[in-house]
Amino acid sequence: MTENGDVTPLVQMENVNKHFGALHVLKDINLTVSRGEVLVVIGPSGGGKSTLCRTINRLETIDGGRIVFDGQVLPAEGKSLARLRSEVGMVFQSFNLFAHKTIRENVTLGPVKVRGQAKDAADKRAMELLERVGIAAQADKYPAQLSGGQQQRVAIARALAMDPKMILFDEPTSALDPEMVQEVLDVMIGLARDGMTMMVVTHEMGFARRAANRVVFMADGQIVEENTPDEFFTNAQTDRARDFLSKILTH
Amino acid sequence: MDDLIKYAPELALGFWENVKLSAVGAVVSLILGTILVAMRVSPTPVLRVVGTFYVNVVRNTPLTLVLAFSALGLSDQLGLVFSQVPRTNSFWIVAMGLSAYTAAFVCEALRSGINTVALGQAEAARAIGLTFSQSLRMIILPQAFRAVIAPLGSVMIAMIKNTTVATAGGYLADVAATMKIVFDDTGASIPIFIGIILAFMALTMPIGFFTGWLARRLAVAR
Repeated sequence: MTENGDVTPLVQMENVNKHFGALHVLKDINLTVSRGEVLVVIGPSGGGKSTLCRTINRLETIDGGRIVFDGQVLPAEGKSLARLRSEVGMVFQSFNLFAHKTIRENVTLGPVKVRGQAKDAADKRAMELLERVGIAAQADKYPAQLSGGQQQRVAIARALAMDPKMILFDEPTSALDPEMVQEVLDVMIGLARDGMTMMVVTHEMGFARRAANRVVFMADGQIVEENTPDEFFTNAQTDRARDFLSKILTH
Repeated sequence: MDDLIKYAPELALGFWENVKLSAVGAVVSLILGTILVAMRVSPTPVLRVVGTFYVNVVRNTPLTLVLAFSALGLSDQLGLVFSQVPRTNSFWIVAMGLSAYTAAFVCEALRSGINTVALGQAEAARAIGLTFSQSLRMIILPQAFRAVIAPLGSVMIAMIKNTTVATAGGYLADVAATMKIVFDDTGASIPIFIGIILAFMALTMPIGFFTGWLARRLAVAR
């Protein structure tokens, strides 16, 4: 699934460390994400999964180590950081759609203001993307008028509108009512099939089994185990992972 | 009542000066206040310090002193001159002093508005590649403004009433100065007091109603 035969990893994290005050949330993280790979990060709450995900577009800074994205060390700030972020889509737990803008404007803002696309072209593309995620009929509503599942699908369309090299999903279904989880997962599974590079922090084991190329299990700020989904779910190597799986898979 | 009718034209001319000062003050203080709040929330420490210092000094200085300093200090001593015509110069000195003073309150109203905007909005803005100033302009401030329309209305009402201390800045043409001149002739006149109060109410009450209505209309649903 590599594009242009480029086999260099898209993301390389080398000895990444991060503290929140006295709390050591990321401990010597070494991780690569290949182009076209769907990586699922699971683990107990407070284990550093979200923080890991957020360091890749530098919504969280790191204290040590380095992160290389597409052959370039993450810029510290300014225009080059903004450019990097425009190439990395992000979908948040709480959707974070721009509350004062319509659904369509949410999707076109980035392409028009960051990429300098013409408004007509951005509008047309936005409608295609909204069609794809099944929200085209709501294009002129405001976020608060949509259900959580719909808002999250718009958030995915907003990320896709930037034609990102990768999309980060930070617990995309954790704030949703149970009956809305599947509609969001279906969109994500579609993206995975189309070859989008994705890092997904989630508790949805079904998604991990169906769509992931690799599962990373994180606890206490460390990567405890990484494996294929089949191997991980049926034959976890560490006690910590087996203990976690026994708590979530028994029901 | 006769006094009010007799001096109405002069008083009306004076009141027109208050209206003009208010108009300039509203525009300039909103712009300056927005710049100040951008400084106060900016990632650059120097800008934050300057913005904070400005707001704390100006907001805690009595307006009469701000205006007296503008006229005697900035204009007379330091040579800040807007016009060679003394009356015009005084008008702009007072207008700028009033704007500089009011901007500090506009800044703080806006800053409380920014605090109502969820952190996730700024994160989402940064995540699609907007720069700090773009996300402030397009995402944060539009929502912050809507959250503080009613308090900004109160700031504007206070500013309009504050135009009556223009005398402190050497501008002797406004309605309060005119009233004092008239009283020198006639002695204090209750109808004139009431007439001026009604004139101000006619100006400020619609602002209160309008901003209240606008705040409800533009409220951002979350």
